[in-house]
Amino acid sequence: MNIRKAMLLAAVMGTTVVGAQAQTLRIGLESDPDALDPDKSRTFVGRIVFTALCDKLIDVTPKLELVPQLATEWTVSEDGKTIDMTLREGVVFHDGTPFDGEAVKANIERSQTLEDSVRKSEVSSIESVEVVDATHIKLHLSAPDAPLLAQLADRSGMMLSPASFEGDVAAGPVCSGPFMFKNRVAQDKIELEKFADYWNADAISLDAVSYLPIPDSTVRLANLQSGDLDLINRLAATDVETVKGSDQLSYGRADGLGYQGITFNTTNGDRADNPFGQDARLREALSLAIDRNAINQVVFSGLNAPASQFVSAASPFFDPAYPVPERDIEKAKALIAEAGYEDGLTLEIQAPNRPENQQVVQMIQAMAAEAGIQITIAAKEFATMLSDQAAGDFEASQVGWSGRIDPDGNIYGFVTTGGGFNDGKYSNEKVDEILAEARSVSDVDKRKALYHQANEILMADKPLFYIYNEAWLYGVSNKVEGFTPSPDGMIRLEGVSLSQ
Amino acid sequence: MLSYLARRVLIAIPTLILISIFVFALQKMLPGDPVLALAGEDRDPETLERLRELYHLNDPIWMQYLMWVGDAVRGDLGQSIRTGLPVTEMVLSKLPVTIQLAVMSMVFAAVIGIPAGIVSAIRKGTVTDYVANVVALSGLSIPNFWLGIMLILLVSVKWRLLPASGYVPLTEDPLQSIRTMLMPAFVLGTALAASLMRHTRSAMLGVLRQDYVRTARAKGLAERTVIMHHAFRNALTPVVTLAALLFGELIAGAVLTEQIFTIPGFGKMVVDAVFNRDYAVVQGVVLVTALGFILMNLIADAAYVLLNPRLRVG
Amino acid sequence: MTQTVADPVLARRPQSRVWRKLRNHRSATFGAALVLVFIVLALAAPYLPISDPAAADWSAIRQPPSTAHWLGTDELGRDQLSRMIWGARASLMAGVVSVAIAIAIGVPFGILAGYFGGWVDAVISRCTEALLAIPFLILAIALAAFLGPSLTNAMIAIGIAATPVFIRLTRGQAISVAAEDYVESAHAIGLSTPVILRRYIFPNVLPPVLVQATLTIASAIIAEASLSFLGLGQQPPAPSWGAMLNVAKGFMTQAPWMAMWPGIAIFLVVLGFNLLGDGLRDALDPREE
Repeated sequence: MNIRKAMLLAAVMGTTVVGAQAQTLRIGLESDPDALDPDKSRTFVGRIVFTALCDKLIDVTPKLELVPQLATEWTVSEDGKTIDMTLREGVVFHDGTPFDGEAVKANIERSQTLEDSVRKSEVSSIESVEVVDATHIKLHLSAPDAPLLAQLADRSGMMLSPASFEGDVAAGPVCSGPFMFKNRVAQDKIELEKFADYWNADAISLDAVSYLPIPDSTVRLANLQSGDLDLINRLAATDVETVKGSDQLSYGRADGLGYQGITFNTTNGDRADNPFGQDARLREALSLAIDRNAINQVVFSGLNAPASQFVSAASPFFDPAYPVPERDIEKAKALIAEAGYEDGLTLEIQAPNRPENQQVVQMIQAMAAEAGIQITIAAKEFATMLSDQAAGDFEASQVGWSGRIDPDGNIYGFVTTGGGFNDGKYSNEKVDEILAEARSVSDVDKRKALYHQANEILMADKPLFYIYNEAWLYGVSNKVEGFTPSPDGMIRLEGVSLSQ
Repeated sequence: MLSYLARRVLIAIPTLILISIFVFALQKMLPGDPVLALAGEDRDPETLERLRELYHLNDPIWMQYLMWVGDAVRGDLGQSIRTGLPVTEMVLSKLPVTIQLAVMSMVFAAVIGIPAGIVSAIRKGTVTDYVANVVALSGLSIPNFWLGIMLILLVSVKWRLLPASGYVPLTEDPLQSIRTMLMPAFVLGTALAASLMRHTRSAMLGVLRQDYVRTARAKGLAERTVIMHHAFRNALTPVVTLAALLFGELIAGAVLTEQIFTIPGFGKMVVDAVFNRDYAVVQGVVLVTALGFILMNLIADAAYVLLNPRLRVG
Repeated sequence: MTQTVADPVLARRPQSRVWRKLRNHRSATFGAALVLVFIVLALAAPYLPISDPAAADWSAIRQPPSTAHWLGTDELGRDQLSRMIWGARASLMAGVVSVAIAIAIGVPFGILAGYFGGWVDAVISRCTEALLAIPFLILAIALAAFLGPSLTNAMIAIGIAATPVFIRLTRGQAISVAAEDYVESAHAIGLSTPVILRRYIFPNVLPPVLVQATLTIASAIIAEASLSFLGLGQQPPAPSWGAMLNVAKGFMTQAPWMAMWPGIAIFLVVLGFNLLGDGLRDALDPREE
């Protein structure tokens, strides 16, 4: 063996030794993310991976305040139609390209023009991006757009290296986040490694992170218990006891932004022509017949939170006029009688064929029966349920929403005329007006008042009602230090380390 | 022999075309819109329509089919609408995973099934025969997803002996790769062992009745020699044939096993694709599986002829 | 599995011999007994002194076996014993009905293909081969997703997926029966084709079909459990063993008994059918003495 070879060998062995000591955090996810391209991504788990991979212009704190990330400062003009942004200096993308105003412009334009971009509607209010200089940009809007800043704190605000646009972005996204893309095996793992030139590198002590999609919650937990994973997303509420009972594991919890509820078909096709679709009193009666606390206790071991409205109690937009309704079977019966159905009536509720949803609707079924409502459950595969819902082939649907930072994201598309999620085709001019206005004002108190105004109408009309807010639950190995769950459900790796 | 095989290959072509039509028709009948299923939480109506156009979902079905066939003939199985990756590439990357699982399961099945079959044939009608039979059938009767979960809880969580799930490529870390695949292969292998055992048993019984075995015994050869050299070698033919035919059963079994152990192979890919309405992936996987199945049948036929000297002459 | 078919003149005697062989077949009688126990339980379910399988009790969820609930309770506090017994109905029915569907489609097509040959055979055989080349469970999953998740649809899906095996089996059998002397003599004396099919071909293809049916019931029960496990079978609140396992897998660490009983029940009943099927095969095999 000549000297060079020996040195090479030593070098290789040296790196393996370092590799063995390297801190790799292994995270178990509930499903395999879709395309790793911020402009094409549509899955929740995809956003989790992006949190480590791609910095956004703006970030969110656990208290849902917008804080600087790639943009250090921003001001919205008086008329709400111009946003001035100051960009962070000295930031580079994973390929070494510097991050500047031109890059922001290129990224926003990509979101707007890429053929299969799913971000288009989120940034449609941006008419042009003016690059003032390398660290200053102005966004010119066609109309005031209050939720835009929150969109820029999500995938629409993620910055890709413009040099990477030409290639297949999803196959190896080049961003400016704390970790860079290393490898992906579909349905098996996504591996990221530390980006040495990260602007906030001091906050990052992990050397690498890998995400492993494991759909079955039992198997995911088993991997955590056997030490094959360090952190698991979506720990089942009923498994929290098991985690608590282990001296090597702990669990993390954060109130989420999303909800689960019942949506009614009020005007979408022939099937809307049923008592519940036509009479808000009956919808109210069903809501009153449900014991939200019992559902939370039995199905979720009390770890979620009973819900009354489209934002959770933690949100600054929560409307105290509508607390979680107590079960009131007498009042429910009275409403049903008033509507002319003393002899009882029936309702079909469709729900995903997943055990948790099925447990919830079975409980609702039993509770509603006491008020004289006979519920039949139509269990459907999720893909079928979505298209049946869009086509109006349902009476009522047990569906949910993972939640957005801005309240607009939790309500606008669901109840406005022609909204993307408004599958019951509920339509009320007044609601349309109020919610459109709430989009255009940036003053928080004014928006609050508007949402409360909308609430009043929606609570009376009840095109949908809410059952519980989901909490984010994590199983965490005791080797992991510094992990804090966030209400947006993202796994942030700043300050996270592994002890051996 | 060659012309026989050539004829078989020719017959396989219409079969493949039929399969592709079946699968295509079936998935087009599936309720649920792939774009909507994919959209999940980003359901802007204008975007949905744009994507439907982009993926040609608004074209007539026969046109979609012809387009697919045109590409497939050139080796391009289309693009997954979920991950945006080419299906051909996805299928090729899963192939080694499922083949490794299949081979290791087959090893388990053979190690359990063949000796059990020989023993129960020799001890026909005795308690040993019954016990071997019931044990082998038990493997076939346990739902393998149930066995899988039980094993994970016991072996991985409780005893911490083997990894609970996942996959490590053989080329990356052979030992870890085999360790990870041990439980799933065992689960799948137990189900196949029963089939192998039954066929070994009946093939052995058939051979043991033959004149040449009687002759061998009459010559005073040791019983062991008679069994292994004369009887088993001849009984091997139908067993090998069967092993090739079990391929289909193996892939079907892999569907749930891969689901439980989160092994990124064919079975998992196809189930996920059905649920996500990722048509191109379903179509691609089924076609390649069917191709494999037909190939294994051909191999079985060829093996039958090769291993059977009496057929080789004619 | 070629089967030499007995001369119909001697038919009576071999049948009684088959019966005698079956009764003396130890593992077959054991299998039959297992199957019988579950059938009796399933049929008697409405008359047994057990609680309503759908009656939830939220103050008693996931309780371990006790004197009040012999097999414990499930995630909504329902009695597991009662759900197991009622679940037996769903599982057995899934096995029997789906195989009945497979036979009802498979046997006529198989006879047509085998007896008439020619292009009829070519078309049926190619279709059968194509279906056989798609793994059983993948086909069943796709069909069940197409039809929508319910027990009935799962049975239809499994039935269709199991059909090609019966077509191929019947076809082979029909070919060999059609070549028998007595069929040729029937032709010679001028009997019509429908009569020949009904009187000679059909009864003679049945024995192997019976064996295959018993074994297929076993795999159909597992298939139903698998589909339910994926959420494509029996839907709540009605119980089936597979659906119970689907729910139970979420509680494996806290309430292992929830997964234990359905798993064991499936195992026993499937083992029963497999043993019975094996016994039938031995009994019908004239070489086995």
